[in-house]
Amino acid sequence: MSNVTVQGGQEVVGVSRIEGPIMVVEGGTNVSYDEVVEIKDARGNLRRGRVLEVGEGFAVVQVFAGSTGLSIDGTSVRFLGTTLHIPVAEEMLGRIFDGLGTPIDGGPEPLTDRYADVNGQPINPTARIYPRDYIQTGISTIDGVNTLLRGQKLPLFSGAGMPHDQLAAQIVRQATLGKEAGAPQTEGEEFAIVFAAMGVKNDVADYFRRSFTESGALTRVAMFLNLADDPPVERVVTPRAALTLAEYLAYERDMHVLVVLTDMTNYGEALRQISNVRGEVPSRKGYPGYLYSDLASLYERTGRIRTSKGSITQIPILTMPNDDITHPMPDLTGYITEGQIVLGRELNFAGVYPPVAVLPSLSRLMKDGIGKGRTRDDHPRWGAQLYAGYAKTQDVRALASVIGEEELSEVDQKYLKFGRAFEREFVNQSFTENRTIERTLEIGWKLLSMLPKSELTRVNLDEIEKYYKGDDATN
Amino acid sequence: MSNEVGKITWISGPVVRARGSKNVGMLELVEVGEDRLVGEVIGLKGDQMTVQVYEETAGMQTGAPIYGTGLPLSVELGPGLIQSIYDGVQRPLPLIEEAMGSFINRGARFDSINREKKWKYTPKVKVGDEVKGGVILGVAMETDTFEHRVMLNPDDSGTITWVAAAGEYTVTDPIAKLKMGKEEKTITMLQRWPVRRARPFVNRRGANIPLITGQRILDTFFPVAKGGAAGIPGPFGSGKTVTQHSIAKWADAEVIVYIGCGERGNEMTEVLQEFPHLIDPRSGRPLMERTVLIANTSNMPVAAREASIYTGITIAEYYRDMGYHVALMADSTSRWAEALREVSGRLEEMPAEEGYPAYLAGRLAEFYERAGYVNNLNGSQGSVSIVGAVSPPGGDFSEPVTQHTKRFIRCFWALDKSLASARHFPAINWLDSYSEYLEDVGGWWREQTGKDWLGMRNRAMELLSEESRLSQIVKLVGPDALPFTERMVLETTRLIREGILQQNATEAVDAYSSIEKQIRMLELVLYFHERGMAIVKRGAPINLIHDLPVVDRIIRAKSTVTNEELHKFEEIQKEIDDQMGQLDAEYRS
Repeated sequence: MSNVTVQGGQEVVGVSRIEGPIMVVEGGTNVSYDEVVEIKDARGNLRRGRVLEVGEGFAVVQVFAGSTGLSIDGTSVRFLGTTLHIPVAEEMLGRIFDGLGTPIDGGPEPLTDRYADVNGQPINPTARIYPRDYIQTGISTIDGVNTLLRGQKLPLFSGAGMPHDQLAAQIVRQATLGKEAGAPQTEGEEFAIVFAAMGVKNDVADYFRRSFTESGALTRVAMFLNLADDPPVERVVTPRAALTLAEYLAYERDMHVLVVLTDMTNYGEALRQISNVRGEVPSRKGYPGYLYSDLASLYERTGRIRTSKGSITQIPILTMPNDDITHPMPDLTGYITEGQIVLGRELNFAGVYPPVAVLPSLSRLMKDGIGKGRTRDDHPRWGAQLYAGYAKTQDVRALASVIGEEELSEVDQKYLKFGRAFEREFVNQSFTENRTIERTLEIGWKLLSMLPKSELTRVNLDEIEKYYKGDDATN
Repeated sequence: MSNEVGKITWISGPVVRARGSKNVGMLELVEVGEDRLVGEVIGLKGDQMTVQVYEETAGMQTGAPIYGTGLPLSVELGPGLIQSIYDGVQRPLPLIEEAMGSFINRGARFDSINREKKWKYTPKVKVGDEVKGGVILGVAMETDTFEHRVMLNPDDSGTITWVAAAGEYTVTDPIAKLKMGKEEKTITMLQRWPVRRARPFVNRRGANIPLITGQRILDTFFPVAKGGAAGIPGPFGSGKTVTQHSIAKWADAEVIVYIGCGERGNEMTEVLQEFPHLIDPRSGRPLMERTVLIANTSNMPVAAREASIYTGITIAEYYRDMGYHVALMADSTSRWAEALREVSGRLEEMPAEEGYPAYLAGRLAEFYERAGYVNNLNGSQGSVSIVGAVSPPGGDFSEPVTQHTKRFIRCFWALDKSLASARHFPAINWLDSYSEYLEDVGGWWREQTGKDWLGMRNRAMELLSEESRLSQIVKLVGPDALPFTERMVLETTRLIREGILQQNATEAVDAYSSIEKQIRMLELVLYFHERGMAIVKRGAPINLIHDLPVVDRIIRAKSTVTNEELHKFEEIQKEIDDQMGQLDAEYRS
């Protein structure tokens, strides 16, 4: 904890208890809830903390850098009188910060007199603009069947060992404002990127840094790094610091901001750790009862508001412990975010990239960003038909594994073929392949044409007339 | 109006303790700190009080004052509620935006009901009338077509001594004077009511009219009665909110109260931006003109989330008292229960199941019991129907909120993740759902349509449960092993699933089905089944029936036949006759 500037405020010597990252300080008066404190240890080194609870003559303080080396006697605490603020400026793009927003790239402190509270404030629902513009990511499983819109929060649910980092990097690299199918491709507006790493390995942060460098995006990226060996308690602040900058860029500087948060599971664990030390009543799996509200206070900092042209789109990455989607972290995330992209272990084994498990994936806002005038008229029904077809494939596969493929009816055999082609041609694409929306729709129709017309009940007859290319003799 | 009653001694999130006067009442509304944040007293012990604060407490200090108001947490009732959007403690969000910009700041205080706006008022009582609580004093036009019936506060009664002439008045202008004993009281259109106290009525009447929602799986298969309570539990992504929105759009209630309780900001914005443009099929007016929105999104203060449910139900009861049918959607009651849990945890109460407080079941019961079809104090009849969404962690219905909710509702719409994954919407599982109102509303269906709805509905359910049994077998040995008669059942149930149960909320024709259309569709599918069964029994192979062109017609009828062109069903029936007739003739010999 270098160069922390000493500010005014009352200084108190009187630590009565230290337990994990939590410290009880006695003797302060007029301490505010959620106030920032500066802690000076016996050797005169400074670290920061935050007030979690105040009572008469005592305050419970959470120490961001952890309490290692703090002693009851030699420690003094200065109450700074304000909640945690970070500097925000456009020039922070292209820079690297620690989990509390202090530069760690050797450069100077950002030159600005604008400081913002990391907790942010809730957006008034009447001030929001409902998201309607789709983002073309060039990835069929997203653009086609789980469309991402500007101002949406769409997490990647993954597991250890799966290529969620590559997928996130590809999205960041390829994302442009979507055009209607057939409209000329123009140079899309570029996104500013705010990247927050929480408890991930240095390799992962480095991977993203390299990927941003290679695509020439590095000058548009602000990175907030709290790596695996950094103090876990700081992790609770890292995404808040990142989102505070994102809000400034989007709502005050009219930029379109893409926020990548990785890995939310580590964030949840940091929260659980603090809660346990405080002796709070746990709910599921030891997580605190307020986990939902806490996650919402991050994820809801997404969207568009009427007074600004900018937007915040969030892509949180979350590794599901033991691939369990009912674990509290993915579960509560899914209840707050507007859909989820789920990566599937089986597809990954089969060598499909990106291994997006289409059936459990969902984009809630998709319906409002696609269709006539946005992508193409048939897109919504086309998507529902692909989903229905692929869902049916799963049933057929289960049946085939019992009675054998040869015993399947003719129609079911077609479903099997459709399912295989869907995974190999639609889901599968290369790390560098950037598909247009037309291309994605075209591949989809090619696949649907493998099925008899009578099975296509989700699309309408005109669309079948126009796009169906099969040699179906049954109708 | 407010005096200092104590000083803060302890702060943790939304819960604050203070020491001071012993005159503060339980559940009294207090103002906390110099910013005068709204709070409510939830515990008293000696000179110590515990307060839950409805706003963010960051920056608050010990030693700061607490002011008492002497009143319980209340809502303002009067013309102007409709078309409003409030936060959990009835602060108008548009005014907050005007005053504070796009973000919600602390300490915002506004009148819930506009004091300047004038309403066209016509008195309905005259001087000398003896009036009792709840009686209609006059009417104000709340929209061009909606009649707001101004009622005497249920606690008041007396003799009218003065009545304002018909004209335009604000909600604070006197509209009548009432002699109560020795006192004379001036009556305005505005009244306050404590949110945690149910508004009184004479008695409950039977709930035997269905709340028609235009959603086939609800109306035809699992109807909820007007004045009833239904629960929609489902894991994330299974369509709770879409279903709630569909009901809010299409339900045949005169007033809709929609509570977004701890849910997404964008969803409330969607309602706000969409409803003024959607037209109510019955009144021909924008849907917003019958809607009251309460938005306490997930990132807004947690204690206000707890209050939002009560704010909403009190407003709903107020319109019920006027003699209207009101439908209330609460999305989601689980977030409300979590708010209870969070506050309970901060109070260090002994937890019961999964950290929820032991009084969870009691609170849920209190809430759902405020639904009902009642005889009002003024002789009119009105209803409040509650549709509560439940968000069980991990989609596990055995968790406490779902289980306790099931005890207090009579209609259960179970959402199913696997149906949602296959994009079968609404993803309501027909085998796990139930309605206890079937018998109650059967008579109504017969009166309205002249058809045996219950019989047909039960026949269709029988086929669906048969399908579930058969599909177990199919999974093991394949469909070819089944006799044709059983495969005929599978053909029919495919029609029921794809043609009736699936409904596309985003497609104009399909989004709303009239009850006539619903019953005709059901009739048609069952007719198809009977004719098909007869032919199959004569030995015709099932694939001939599967390949009949009319099958596709039936499945597509939901989106090709509008509510006004029901005669087209006769054409389809004729097609069934023609095509089946041909097969029948071939296999008759």
